[in-house]
Amino acid sequence: MEAAQQVEPVAVPPRREAFGGRIVRALSKGPINLLLAFIAVLWLVPTLGLFLTSLMPADVVSGQGWWTVFSEPSVATLENYEELINNEEITGALVTTIVVALGGTAIPIVVGALAGYAFAWLEFPGREWLFLLVVALLVVPLQMALIPMFSFYNDIGIFDTALSLILFHTAFALPFAIFLMRNFFVGIPKDLLESARIDGASELRIFVRLILPLGLPAIASLAIFQFLWTWNDFLVALTFGRDTQPITVAIFSQFRQFGSNIDLIAPAAFISLAIPLAVFFAFQRYFVQGLLAGSVK
Amino acid sequence: MAAPEGSPDGRPGIWRRHRVAIGFLAPAAILLAIWIVYPAISTIYRSFFDRTGSEFVGLDNYEEIVTTDLLLTAIENNALWLAVVPALVTAIGLVFGVLIEKIRWSVAFRTAVFMPMAISLFAAGVIWRVMDQRDPEIGAVNASLAAVVDAVDPPGAFSDAAGSTDRLEGTPKQGLRLTEPLRAGDVAQLGLTAIPPEDVPEDAAQARAPPPLPDGIAGVVWVDFLPGGGKPDVVEKGEQGLPGVSLELRDADGGSLGTVETEADGSFAFEDVGPGEHSVAISPETFEEPFSGVDWLGPGLITPAVMIAYIWVWAGFAMVVIGAGLAALPRDVLEAARTDGASETQIFRRVTVPLLRPVLIVVFVTMLINVLKVFDIVLSVAPASSQDDANVIALAMWRTAFGGVNDFGLGSAIAVLLFLLVIPLLVFNLRNFRREA
Repeated sequence: MEAAQQVEPVAVPPRREAFGGRIVRALSKGPINLLLAFIAVLWLVPTLGLFLTSLMPADVVSGQGWWTVFSEPSVATLENYEELINNEEITGALVTTIVVALGGTAIPIVVGALAGYAFAWLEFPGREWLFLLVVALLVVPLQMALIPMFSFYNDIGIFDTALSLILFHTAFALPFAIFLMRNFFVGIPKDLLESARIDGASELRIFVRLILPLGLPAIASLAIFQFLWTWNDFLVALTFGRDTQPITVAIFSQFRQFGSNIDLIAPAAFISLAIPLAVFFAFQRYFVQGLLAGSVK
Repeated sequence: MAAPEGSPDGRPGIWRRHRVAIGFLAPAAILLAIWIVYPAISTIYRSFFDRTGSEFVGLDNYEEIVTTDLLLTAIENNALWLAVVPALVTAIGLVFGVLIEKIRWSVAFRTAVFMPMAISLFAAGVIWRVMDQRDPEIGAVNASLAAVVDAVDPPGAFSDAAGSTDRLEGTPKQGLRLTEPLRAGDVAQLGLTAIPPEDVPEDAAQARAPPPLPDGIAGVVWVDFLPGGGKPDVVEKGEQGLPGVSLELRDADGGSLGTVETEADGSFAFEDVGPGEHSVAISPETFEEPFSGVDWLGPGLITPAVMIAYIWVWAGFAMVVIGAGLAALPRDVLEAARTDGASETQIFRRVTVPLLRPVLIVVFVTMLINVLKVFDIVLSVAPASSQDDANVIALAMWRTAFGGVNDFGLGSAIAVLLFLLVIPLLVFNLRNFRREA
């Protein structure tokens, strides 16, 4: 009590100073705050513009900009979205996108984790060399595989299927997935593994019961990164898809009449980016981690 | 599994001893072998053959890359991308990273700028294609520019107007000149048509032909049109004068002697006109068109337009990576510099940037790799008519192999070129990454 009373008079003046100082600082930082506010708005406007465009009927949007919605809110309508739901090409494309993104995320994670575990904790000759070889495959741009796989898919008859897209995404996700998983699994304490092995658990059981749960943070980062990668893919699907089109390619095939199809293109594009945005806002932490790790790709 | 039996000395064979590891590795090995290793080798091999793959052509495909105009444009454009975009993205990321340390709402700012990273480059391209429409009534970029340009250099009121008689000659760009010679004491009648009613200024009054001036030239500029017609070249009741029109008096040689503006009733007067013949013309600025928009999506500006969209996407990445680097800087070094009286600019240039060098390099090199592979966003921003001018290596590869030409030989060669360019950069980045990890 006594100590607290003694402290109080000392504590008050600095608080007053801090308050005054805060005002001075806030004022001196006015320009920076203004500048950054301007930049933040600048960065948000394009996406907002697409969204507002998607709310405008075609005959309106061809004559006036999306910003007129602010002065004339009655123009905005959900009609475009209603029509989109009834457009089988677009809904089919969304289903394809979901199938490819889920398959193209789950399979590389399982396969990558299996291999990552082998490279981290199983003994076999040439382990280091094989691992280096896998990592070296990171340098192969996927353009190197488009032409041969185009012929190969035709030969084995899986051209223009969701499976062909999933397998392509899986393979090109693996070098990074294995690299990430192996590096994460190596950090798992050896004692945990040893005691499980002494208890007679099989390697598969150890993998499923011990390694996968412990590896969850790395798996989550990888999953988000890979989900966005496959969801957002355009190049691979454009090459191997004809009738099996994900949303990006489906939108692209409407491009021939960009202006007159804008009432279809804008809402479809907005839906295609709404899901990644939702993932981004829901898992921001993992998202940034996965992205930073994946940026070596 | 078809494993060989035990070796002669009785120990189990290598396959059997490591069958667990093989089981764990097999799925990855099969996928990597079929989808990456085999195609990569096949593409290199294929690049030495002609378009159908039947004839060995040596290095002809590679020669074609550097001799075909369309492909050279792609290489030049990609070189421009490499020169401009990575440096710009890194610089923007650095500036944002440093500035957000000084505000309280840095999380909100980061979210706003980083958000485009979640969006596909393809969709980002659609977003910017909408932004970049040429008509300032539709395209937001040009609408913003129009607001600035028209404020600095206001458009003339009657950009589509024309003379009501053929005695007014010229075009709106040159100004309209009354062909008949005028002397002091004459009255000039300059009737205009093709002015939409909504363009007539609100303060316009009934047009009035002014009385002649003894030493000057008087006249009137008016809308020489009545619903239903009216008589040309006659100022009639119901026809409005055009206020604020700028008129120029010229001497016989066409030299300018001065300008006046019309009153509410469209009348004007040049006082004290000397002897000799003169002519009167409506100045060109009266007809100046409003800002018609920059053709971002046209052949001339398409590459900068795509770059802007691309920078919009990647700036957030640079900002977050560099921001993480900034957060990891030793605070005591910065404090020491402040205590020593260094200014913020000095600290930034002499302390922050040198300490951040490794991070800046990683961002820069990562962007070099990304920019080399740029593809989606070019196809979604550039209309078909501008794609030749926006061409980049990855796009050239795709169009050659799959875009109708279907030349797999040349397409493979372009893919190999891309591969060769990416290798050193990725090796550099991986080394850095491993050192940090």
